[in-house]
Amino acid sequence: MTVADILLLALGAVAVGAGALVVSSTHLVRSGLYLVVSLGAIAGLYLVLGAELVAWVQVLVYVGAVVVLLLFAVMLTRAPIGPSTDLDRPPGPSALIGAGVGLGLAALFVDAFRWIEFPRADPGTAEQVGREVFGTWVLPFEVLSILLLSALVGAIVLSRPDLGARPAPPAAEEGSGEQEAEVPA
Amino acid sequence: MHVTIPYVVGALLFGLGVYGVVRRRNAILVLMAVELMLNAVNLILVTADVSLRSALRAVPGEAWATPNSQAGSGGVFALFVIVLAAAEVGVGLAIVLQYYRMRKAVAIDEVPLAEAENEQVRG
Repeated sequence: MTVADILLLALGAVAVGAGALVVSSTHLVRSGLYLVVSLGAIAGLYLVLGAELVAWVQVLVYVGAVVVLLLFAVMLTRAPIGPSTDLDRPPGPSALIGAGVGLGLAALFVDAFRWIEFPRADPGTAEQVGREVFGTWVLPFEVLSILLLSALVGAIVLSRPDLGARPAPPAAEEGSGEQEAEVPA
Repeated sequence: MHVTIPYVVGALLFGLGVYGVVRRRNAILVLMAVELMLNAVNLILVTADVSLRSALRAVPGEAWATPNSQAGSGGVFALFVIVLAAAEVGVGLAIVLQYYRMRKAVAIDEVPLAEAENEQVRG
């Protein structure tokens, strides 16, 4: 057991524990905040594994953007402050499926990698990752940028009530007064 | 460094994500569980970058093993998956909010899959 192993064990325990609380908490907001803890512990795991840039991108994008977006959605759907009773289905089959998948995959990995000592990874710099992204993987990178743009446009179209092929919205909707001339329902 | 630990952590997180997706009724909580699964996959990609790269370095003459033996392709894949997750959560939350605006509910097992005849969909 080296220091890296102990760090991996501790951060992994935090990640799995917080993840278990995410899927079992009865408070919607607490579930989102436990997700922050779990994602932060995973960022720590990336740091120990030598993927420094991935760790900081994880903190920026996941903890900074995705979780904030989820919490916004929790607020916009008027979630109750206290515990909610109707968040879950009966736990039987889902516990069976989840435990089967998780423990099955874990057994597979333990069988494949045993207790082999691997050399500690040299911490990758942003320069290496940049050379990799814009060298070997430049085509997937460009495709991803197009996908991100289309997802952005799709999200805007979905969330604007005055766009798209729906029946005409009632005049009380925000901003629909000026649009009705251009959008013929 | 024993890479079994992060692999097992990733597998358990993936199992928890599957459990959450199957069990939760609230659409936002389902999205949170999906994030958990994507993070498990990311963790496994980064770990595979550490373990398989150092294992493949001993393999001579393999063209697929040598060209990227220096930098971390697993990390690059993890970055791509993070971008995909951001796009996914953006569109998913737009759908959830639009559904909430129409029905005042976010319970995904009460979503009517066939539209009723007399019901009018409003934006």
